Amino acid sequence: MDQKNKKAFNLKSFLKQYLFFIITLVLLGILFIFKFDAGIRATDVVIYSFKEMLLVLPPIFILIGLLDVWIPKETMIKLMGEGSGFKGILLAFLFGTVAAGPLYAAFPVAIVFMKKHVKFSNIIILMGAWGATKIPMLLFEMTALGFKFALLRLAINIPVIIIIAYVMGILIKKDEINAIYKKAEDS
Amino acid sequence: MGNYIFNGAIYLIAIIFLIISLVKSRAKTKQALLKAWNSFKNILPMLLGVILLVGLILSILDTNLITRIIGKESGVLGILLASVLGSVTLIPGFIAFPTAALLLAGGAGYIQIAAFVQTLMMVGVVTLPLEIKYFNKKVAILRNVLSFILSLGVAYFIGFILGIWN
Repeated sequence: MDQKNKKAFNLKSFLKQYLFFIITLVLLGILFIFKFDAGIRATDVVIYSFKEMLLVLPPIFILIGLLDVWIPKETMIKLMGEGSGFKGILLAFLFGTVAAGPLYAAFPVAIVFMKKHVKFSNIIILMGAWGATKIPMLLFEMTALGFKFALLRLAINIPVIIIIAYVMGILIKKDEINAIYKKAEDS
Repeated sequence: MGNYIFNGAIYLIAIIFLIISLVKSRAKTKQALLKAWNSFKNILPMLLGVILLVGLILSILDTNLITRIIGKESGVLGILLASVLGSVTLIPGFIAFPTAALLLAGGAGYIQIAAFVQTLMMVGVVTLPLEIKYFNKKVAILRNVLSFILSLGVAYFIGFILGIWN
């Protein structure tokens, strides 16, 4: 009886977790019924994105796991925590720029950095750099849109990313940041 | 190309560190891999939904439609629409950049293209639920709103400079 209850509960939490996915799956089915061509197009993109995910994410998650286990909090605080100053900003840019994969892959990285008490503004810089100044994307951009275009966008994004981090640092209250860090630590 | 080399490099780095970790401590390595697996398991359900949603959006937004929206002489409205287009979806680079190049060849302005590319990279409406889950509502929305507003600035800057430069 007990076990049965547990099973039912698991199914419920599974459904809850995958609700969004199930809804999109149903929508894709509907698209196939009404517009078969569009359904095929959608599936092509889904397969590509899925492959990208499987290709890009494993090494990132392994590095996150290793960083979590091996690098002591004190080291990360010294490098990128409160009072790390210019060095912290530079490292945040560096991490983001050499990154691979879409912006969502930066979220779990941000979580580990929070666990290690990296300064909030440096985490926002990391995400900005991950989005806008990632080297693989820049290479793609140069071939498609030209050297000047890509270079200009890179140059203007450095101050823009710092401004975003700075403004967020002002607008997000200290206790809110602490709550997010606490959530990261518990996860 | 560049993408693959980069990805290969990340794999190489991960493998090297993994070997070093294994040599130093088996138990800790196991712990690290377990953590890696758990983070992946955490992100997976929502990620699958996001990937499908992107597919659905892109099946409606084909190159023709995008060209019509932010093509030649679309003006300020075109810039805004380009930003919205870049924001709502997470278009993989292999579609986004060739499309942007096509638009440019078709006569779209640099400002529109820059707005599209910049929001594409910095603003993610489809990944917003994921971002909220990791941070919180306020942080996620604020980051996206700020990125959107500044993307317009970036677009005008690039358009202005390239206008002089070319």
